[in-house]
Amino acid sequence: MSAPVSARDEEKALGFWLYLMTDAILFALLFATYVVMTVGTAGGPTGHDLFSLPRTFAETMLLLVSSTTFGFATLAAGRGEGGAAIRWLLLTALLGIGFVALELSEFAGMIAAGAGPDRSGFLSAFFALVGAHGLHVSAGILCILVMVGQMLAKGLTAPVLSRLIRLGLFWHFLDIVWVGIFSVVYLPGVLP
Amino acid sequence: MNEAGARTYLTGLTLALVLTAVPFGIVFAGLVERPAALVVIAAAAILQILVHLRWFLRLDLTRTPRENLLALAFAALLIFIMVGGSLWIMFDLHDRMMM
Repeated sequence: MSAPVSARDEEKALGFWLYLMTDAILFALLFATYVVMTVGTAGGPTGHDLFSLPRTFAETMLLLVSSTTFGFATLAAGRGEGGAAIRWLLLTALLGIGFVALELSEFAGMIAAGAGPDRSGFLSAFFALVGAHGLHVSAGILCILVMVGQMLAKGLTAPVLSRLIRLGLFWHFLDIVWVGIFSVVYLPGVLP
Repeated sequence: MNEAGARTYLTGLTLALVLTAVPFGIVFAGLVERPAALVVIAAAAILQILVHLRWFLRLDLTRTPRENLLALAFAALLIFIMVGGSLWIMFDLHDRMMM
């Protein structure tokens, strides 16, 4: 969180931070639901049958690197280098799209194998939690593209920079939620 | 200033890579018993979340505005009560139903 320029920006940053905290509580409750439901497989497939460690690792790397490239975009924008900032943002969006594509292919494979959200309580909770995160990432990608559009149309004005910092908070926050997802859902699921 | 900024993100990336490689490596190798593996996964996750808060979200106990830290602490308290309470009640119920 680099220093916001005005009191007005500081208020906006606090407001956005409060939103992130409520979103964290929402995710925490989806995590609690998932943990309670892991035993509720209703005779259907378990995490051990469904999850792929290499795919989860690839998704983790994509999001982690994208958090770093977003950081570089923020730094470039702070230096007033609009072109570099836009290139870093586009790279971030590309990594995010790669993540969502991997996740969608996982979901499609599971549904095709008869392990959709309607199969068991465990799978309902899985799709609710991982799907909610995937939707957040998709919204984040959309916002990054809008951000690039604003930078092209308006340049690096003070409002654009303050929006970029808040979008960065959102993007880094989603990576934290993903750490929870691979630690609570995928790794314990793959363990024998 | 910006040199330091880039170094901050790269430090965060390096630490996060290590804290990701350890739990994935343990599960991939499959050498450790399940309970011990779960402890390592949980410890690595908590450490990695702290790494992300410090080096990606740039939280700092002295420079970050007090209200933001208070909001974070309050959210953590709510999460602890609601998640801890839910798990406690549901698994207690689960055990009693099994008997």
